[in-house]
Amino acid sequence: MSGTPARIRTTETPAVRRLLIALALGFMLLFLVLPLAAVFVEALKSGWSAYWQALKDPDAQSAIRLTLLTAAIAVPLNLVFGVAAAWCIAKFEFKGKAFLTTLIDLPFSVSPVVAGLIYVLVFGAQGWLGPWLAEHDIKIIFAVPGIVLATVFVTFPFIARELIPLMQAQGNDEEQAAQVLGANGWQTFWHVTLPNIKWGLIYGVILCNARAMGEFGAVSVVSGHIRGQTNTMPLHVEVLYNEYQGQAAFAVASLLALLAIVTLIIKTVVEWFHERQLKQSSERPS
Amino acid sequence: MTSLSLAASPSVAPRRRSRRVLPGFNLTLGYTLLYLCLIVLIPLSALVFKTLSMSWVDFWEAVTAPRVLASFRLTFGASFLAAAFNVVAGLLVAWVLVRYDFPGKKLADALVDLPFALPTAVAGISLAAILAENGWIGQYLAPLGIQLAFQPGGIVVALIFIGLPFVVRTVQPVLEDTEKELEEAAACLGATRWQTFRLVIFPAITPALVTGFAMAFARAVGEYGSVIFIAGNMPMVSEITPLVIIGKLEQYDYAGATAVASVMLLISFILLLIINGLQAWGRRRYGGAA
Repeated sequence: MSGTPARIRTTETPAVRRLLIALALGFMLLFLVLPLAAVFVEALKSGWSAYWQALKDPDAQSAIRLTLLTAAIAVPLNLVFGVAAAWCIAKFEFKGKAFLTTLIDLPFSVSPVVAGLIYVLVFGAQGWLGPWLAEHDIKIIFAVPGIVLATVFVTFPFIARELIPLMQAQGNDEEQAAQVLGANGWQTFWHVTLPNIKWGLIYGVILCNARAMGEFGAVSVVSGHIRGQTNTMPLHVEVLYNEYQGQAAFAVASLLALLAIVTLIIKTVVEWFHERQLKQSSERPS
Repeated sequence: MTSLSLAASPSVAPRRRSRRVLPGFNLTLGYTLLYLCLIVLIPLSALVFKTLSMSWVDFWEAVTAPRVLASFRLTFGASFLAAAFNVVAGLLVAWVLVRYDFPGKKLADALVDLPFALPTAVAGISLAAILAENGWIGQYLAPLGIQLAFQPGGIVVALIFIGLPFVVRTVQPVLEDTEKELEEAAACLGATRWQTFRLVIFPAITPALVTGFAMAFARAVGEYGSVIFIAGNMPMVSEITPLVIIGKLEQYDYAGATAVASVMLLISFILLLIINGLQAWGRRRYGGAA
């Protein structure tokens, strides 16, 4: 530290740096890239025609349709809930707010299998509503409604979780200004709040969608695994895999892996836009 | 905003209303509570009531059966190992992503979220294929006498995969916010880089690391999809607790399944409270920045 121009080291030597980068990337290659690559390699092991054959199979087609249907119901339901919950939690003060926030997070910490089980206990043949449902010939467990309900449960917090901190950080000033200028509640929401939370909203929706389409444990409990009827894509993957149709299982799985890749791409783009927006608004003189 | 409401305060009598200038409170809170009750609370209460309707002896017998106890040991043991491994690996990944520049950094950063986005069943069959005796990695491990697929070791691998983003994404923002000035000061005072890390940086990120550990652990305990394909699912050896619940359901043993599930649910609640407490600890330490 004497004499020579003091070189304050706040980073590691190049050698250590390179070693750490190599270790981290090696770990990620082993644990993240290899599993992803293996899905596509296994799916195309027997060539493209076998790949298409597996996807064109009627059972696979019906699994794809059911997965799309489930997500198309579950995601909008949780979207409306997420916006409503974020509005009352972020914009208002009331007693029990922290407790309500914890309750909203609850489905994240419940095992998917337990999530499926609770619906069996309510709607199953021996459940609370079982006898009544049987009398009226309504099937929920081992049928599509049960799959949708279980999916709604496991994806319940996703959108609310994204929106609450975002709306809290943005405060109420702009909404209050809109109110003072005579906007009604809906106008305030559509023209002031929504543009501000748009990126967070998209982010929440794509994560919610990825989980809704990929959920396995909860859906597995309530589905009953009826081929061509109550098998979603992940369940169809399991059925094929257990029947030693590895290539077909990986072919269907590759669609889900593609979904994951698309989700990550949209997420990265959204983050990029969001950062740019933040930068612009911080550069704007306020 | 405060100045505005202060200025208006003497003239207007109903103070309570001014806090709620914005409309929609009753509607949104009402809808939130209704939806929460219908989707989450009422179904969960079914589990609680079903458990309470059991006699204590039946309940105790169900949750202390040797097969169930073995599954608890395996589930919590494997989850603990995986979360502990992820603390080290996750810190390394977060550190490299925050502190260094290298080609492909953006891609690596995006890839961290893969376990969130990839359906668990897909991860499960893929890891099983890689670790099988003729798989990409399994073929090199087999001559060494290491077999991970269809063994408890495979469960830990799957849980590491599932838990990694929790640690990275909790530590990353905190690492970004640590003050470079403190490190410069430490270096000026003659600390080596390792001392600076151990005594300056590490204490600052400890709450985030512990939170990440707890989140990864909580997720691992309940995990089902990725594990069952790689575990082998041998009773007493490689059967996780969620699978025990499914097994009981398939034999129409609803009471037994509920008893085991209620224990898992209780543990989830406790973990959730611990995580909330840890996050509050982190916020206090960073003065509300996080």
